[in-house]
Amino acid sequence: MYQYDSYDQAMVDARVEEFRDQARRRMEGRLSEDQFKPLRLMNGLYLQLHAYMLRVAIPYGTLNARQMEALADIAEKYDRGYGHFTTRQNIQYNWIKLEDAADALADLAKVEMHAIQTSGNCIRNISADHFAGAAADEVTDPRPYAELLRQWSSFHPEFTYLPRKFKFCVIASAKDRAAMRLHDIGIRIVQNAAGETGAQFYVGGGMGRTPMIAPLVRDFVPIDQLITYAEACLRVYNRYGRRDNKFKARIKILVHELGAAECTRQVEEEFAHLLSVGVEPPREELARIAEYFAPPTFRHPSESWDLEQLQNKAAGDPSLRWDDGFGLWVRRNTHPHRTQGYVSAVISLKPVGGIPGDATADQMRIVAKLAREYSFDELRVMHTQNLLLPHVRIADLPVIWAALDAAGLAAPNMDTIEDIIACPGLDYCSLANARSIPLAQRISERFAQTGRTEVVGELKLKISGCINACGHHHAGHIGILGVDRKGTENYQLSLGGSEAEDVSLAKITGPGFDEDGVIAAVETVTDVYLDARADGERFIDTYRRIGMEPFKEALYG
Amino acid sequence: MKILTGNDLRSGAVVWWNGSGWSLFVDDAVDAGDASNGEGAEEILAREEAARRVNVPYAIDAAIDAGGHVRPAHIKDRVRALGPTVRRDLAVPTADKTGWDWVI
Repeated sequence: MYQYDSYDQAMVDARVEEFRDQARRRMEGRLSEDQFKPLRLMNGLYLQLHAYMLRVAIPYGTLNARQMEALADIAEKYDRGYGHFTTRQNIQYNWIKLEDAADALADLAKVEMHAIQTSGNCIRNISADHFAGAAADEVTDPRPYAELLRQWSSFHPEFTYLPRKFKFCVIASAKDRAAMRLHDIGIRIVQNAAGETGAQFYVGGGMGRTPMIAPLVRDFVPIDQLITYAEACLRVYNRYGRRDNKFKARIKILVHELGAAECTRQVEEEFAHLLSVGVEPPREELARIAEYFAPPTFRHPSESWDLEQLQNKAAGDPSLRWDDGFGLWVRRNTHPHRTQGYVSAVISLKPVGGIPGDATADQMRIVAKLAREYSFDELRVMHTQNLLLPHVRIADLPVIWAALDAAGLAAPNMDTIEDIIACPGLDYCSLANARSIPLAQRISERFAQTGRTEVVGELKLKISGCINACGHHHAGHIGILGVDRKGTENYQLSLGGSEAEDVSLAKITGPGFDEDGVIAAVETVTDVYLDARADGERFIDTYRRIGMEPFKEALYG
Repeated sequence: MKILTGNDLRSGAVVWWNGSGWSLFVDDAVDAGDASNGEGAEEILAREEAARRVNVPYAIDAAIDAGGHVRPAHIKDRVRALGPTVRRDLAVPTADKTGWDWVI
């Protein structure tokens, strides 16, 4: 994975000391809150419901064991022993003190991490396919391009004060595991018929109060013009994005108002201009970055097993509980790897009844140890609020599972109704109108207790506590949005969303429900699905085939 | 009644105006809507923020319940009063025997 050069380290170190001085001046009264707020936000320090919250960037969700251990240490030293992994592949600490914040940032800087550009109207942390570099179906590892974008966008003077925040996502496969088209700019790395590498640009997607799916603006940008095209998009947005209305300031509104064709025309015009200026980094820089993402030295297939061999071995060991323990976890939580004898292993942060995305410091250390011993020192944070060991030898799965199981990290529920995305909601967030986490806890408990998780199969349920949609409810097969109805929590149910390659936006079923009512409604909706589904249909397939009406009929009669 | 709340500048902790300073306990909050002592809510807020004792303080509606406890009117402030409902182990200690029943 990428390692800081002297420029990266100097920039981050300097920012820590700059912030230390700013925080000191705030505490001494030489800066007012109005003056200090934009400065702390530029360093990821929010003021939430109960305390300051620090959001730490994890570029494209990739980190190593040493970094995870540092995150654990920060959780214990400056917070309350845990952290929350987010839908932007970041981590948030909920109880940071202002007087400790600079020290926490200094500790992060020691392991090549920071909280820069995790807030504010700038280009945020670049997200990517969490299986990058491991997935069997990718054209290439998208992370070198994500890293190039990270370097280009870090402290970019022209894009520090955009009309609104701006989110990039980079993938390199036909399957979309990163909600690519629901970003301000989604990039898919592709190869053309001539075998040349390039980038598809999808511009103007997003969730929030006005969800939109990004249209394709360019189907092939030569890879050595990637930054130039991104800069052209940003320039058009920076010039014409709505600064007069915060709620209409995202690029999706600009693209919608201009129309994709006119937006494309303007971007292409700016692109032509920038090509003549020459803003693309030298190709040597991309080559330098790419070296950091060279595949690890995998063992020969003869030194591992395939999944059939694994099953044969495990079936003879009752302690592994093939049917409902280890085997279920292997079936649910592992993903095909590009290298024979290996898989990627999902570490669920969704124990039944638990808080989605939360991990204790001890759990982080256990995960770090497993990464160091069994996954070439690599970890990923998934936008689904889980963690991932990207390169795991199949023969090592039993010992990995045993360690995870002992740590409460082996819930076998990837992509099931227990694998719920939930924002922090009203339990932590000052913007929220309703709580999200208790719903996730109760729904996962209900389905686990009744044994319906397995019966229902793949079902992506996503919960947001307000219209800002950090819980991706627009993209849930089932989405839940918490609203404030006359001072009480109320929940809107929506169906039919997807953030995958079959991207779609969910539609609201009808009037909202209270907490008990929406949990019952989720069960009702799954009843309709189970009654109506054809062989092999997922929930989303059945919904698309039969439409909303049968669900509405069952919910509202 | 009007009570005053904000976050402690240095720690970020939720605090409540108790008439002479800032308390971690909502039950200590006093009615700041009564200016009979010569100082109204706006004056207190301005003075306390200027003195850097509290960050972005503001006034909220609240009531005294039958047990004599201070109860913020809005759900968001009630959650602020005790802490995350899903992490009661991290809650602000309270002598209130009714526990969390009143929060949601």
